Amino acid sequence: MALTNEIIRGKLIEKFGEQLTGWEEPYGMLTFTSDKNLNLKVLQYLYDDAELEFRFMTDLCAVHYPDEEGKELAVVYHLHNLQENVRIRYKIFTDIKKPDVFSAYALFSAANWMERETYDFFGVNFVGHPNLKRILNVDEMEYFPLRKEYPLEDQKRTDKDDEMFGRD
Amino acid sequence: MARPVQYNITDKPLEKPYSIVQGPEGYTGEGFFASKLSDVVGLARKNSIWPLPFATSCCGIEFMALMASHYDLARFGSERVSFTPRQCDLLMVIGTIAKKMAPVVKQVYLQMAEPRWVLAMGACASSGGIFDTYSVLQGIDQVIPVDVYVPGCPPRPEAVIDGFLRVQELVGNESLRRRNSPRYKELMETYGIQ
Repeated sequence: MALTNEIIRGKLIEKFGEQLTGWEEPYGMLTFTSDKNLNLKVLQYLYDDAELEFRFMTDLCAVHYPDEEGKELAVVYHLHNLQENVRIRYKIFTDIKKPDVFSAYALFSAANWMERETYDFFGVNFVGHPNLKRILNVDEMEYFPLRKEYPLEDQKRTDKDDEMFGRD
Repeated sequence: MARPVQYNITDKPLEKPYSIVQGPEGYTGEGFFASKLSDVVGLARKNSIWPLPFATSCCGIEFMALMASHYDLARFGSERVSFTPRQCDLLMVIGTIAKKMAPVVKQVYLQMAEPRWVLAMGACASSGGIFDTYSVLQGIDQVIPVDVYVPGCPPRPEAVIDGFLRVQELVGNESLRRRNSPRYKELMETYGIQ
């Protein structure tokens, strides 16, 4: 029997009940949300359960929503069940002032570099990560460039006159 | 169909059956030739510039065309493209240099022996180009001194040949003492190079 979204959702609700919220299925991909401190429990259950078996983390990234106070940063996990070829998406939200999220490294080795990248660009502090330092940007960088408050352009430039580029 | 350009429609005879560089000025007599050493050294240097291509992106493709038979940079004494900095005279930085790559460019420059020249090929190497962003070095002259800039996105091989001829001009006319001059040392000092 194919693993449908209904079955996955049923099993997750059976286990976690009301703690999982925000159920949606954009383009048929099951997506849900929970409290950020629950993330390892949910991932572990998805990994271990004999029927679910989401054992491949295809992606881990963050999104910055500057207007959502108290939950500015979303950390998004994409999981894949290789046997059934089913993917799900799991989001947690955290306050940007204290962006501590438990690291999924112990469960998925793939999370190692992806969490470093997420830290590099969004400053999510993955608690329990063995080597949380910048991976793509230069080590001297002092900010997290994909947060929305930073414009795309390098702010430390002195050689480009803004007037010449039609900026104030 | 051939393009109606001058070289296709009018037969242009060779001026000489062979091509040779004009010798330096000097006094010729029977069995001797006297000239300035600096002229001879300059002549030798400028006609055997060994380039080190530091190609990172699309300009590198244009550089391949430049080195290949159609544009043939070898005509100017640069047949030998080398990938070891020790033996090269001209560092050609070709393409976007990310900030993370900047120390590598500098390292390569430091490993080259004096006298050394640098040509920045393309808008990105010259100024960052379209990549006005947090991750891209805004021109390689932030980390190493540059002699000739060839802007363009990418520049045509002819443009690079023009830039290369300007490098030759610099090389040929450079004073033999230039690298010891206080001004040169000061320039190096601004880049933190001893």
